[in-house]
Amino acid sequence: MSTEAMKLLSVAIAIAVGAIAPALGIGMIGSKAVEALGRNPEAESAIRTTMILALAFAEAIAIYALVVALILKFA
Amino acid sequence: MSEEKVIEETAKGGIKILTEMPKISIKAEAVTHLFGLAITNSMIASAFVFLLTIFVALYFKHQSGLKKKGNFYYLIKFFIKSIYDLFKSVLGDKTPVFFPLLFAFFFYILLQNWFGLLPGVGSFLIKVVEEHEEVFIPILRGNNADLNTTLALAIISVFSIQFFSIKFLGIKKYLHKFFNFSDPIAFFVGILDILSEFSKILSFAFRLFGNIFAGEVLLTIVAFLVPVLASFPFIGLEIFVGFVQALVFSMLTAVFISGAIAEHH
Repeated sequence: MSTEAMKLLSVAIAIAVGAIAPALGIGMIGSKAVEALGRNPEAESAIRTTMILALAFAEAIAIYALVVALILKFA
Repeated sequence: MSEEKVIEETAKGGIKILTEMPKISIKAEAVTHLFGLAITNSMIASAFVFLLTIFVALYFKHQSGLKKKGNFYYLIKFFIKSIYDLFKSVLGDKTPVFFPLLFAFFFYILLQNWFGLLPGVGSFLIKVVEEHEEVFIPILRGNNADLNTTLALAIISVFSIQFFSIKFLGIKKYLHKFFNFSDPIAFFVGILDILSEFSKILSFAFRLFGNIFAGEVLLTIVAFLVPVLASFPFIGLEIFVGFVQALVFSMLTAVFISGAIAEHH
């Protein structure tokens, strides 16, 4: 396998594997937030704030993988 | 390196390309040098945003003293009010102390993110000589798509968290949080806390940089794949992402501050 192909493959693997766990995490956060909203509709603003914060934390992991992939690809 | 050269060289390497891919640089390029200091394209963009922020702030202050206020005043005021209420749910009655810092973060990052989406930013090119070769680089670059900027913002944020922690708890209690010799577990947790303060800097910096830079790459690639109309939904997405990231940055700072000034039991 040539170096160029290996590099492209490593970019793909970095973002693909790195996105699995955050995707599951974000799905769980969303489902639990909707559940909480259904149980307690008047707490909407508090739930939204907490949810966005939790999303940001989960998403950050995917962003790390993305940054690594972008560095591999363009640097 | 000229365009034909790029295509020729890649063709020699065994890979055929039909059109030249848009050039994407992960770091900000130097436009000119001033006393040995490289003036990068993101610094030029940040100067514009800086002046804009100052102008909006001064204009708002000027308007607040007038009897008859313009629509702009009420727009900004509505903005500030909504954000204030959001921070109030995190910081409680200490909100007025921290609000100037947090809103400055929010507003500056928001303007930077949206400035990077304006047409012309990243597409106006300028010719510079780099290592005896003429290259074309964009004269403006979305400022948060430069890791230096986000790192600077992250360092300001984390240092102000430490500053407020010392100010509200006192230096003794502040150090006690990190160096606790009462039992081995507390000592180990203290060491982890020190590490987590440093990882906050990295986390802040990479979150903002990654989101905004990925957005720029996305827009460039989509415009390259489908030149007409396809970019519109993505620009809408990027406007939303820019807003959310500005909110997340200031909100996380608020949450960390409220954690840092809380008394430990």
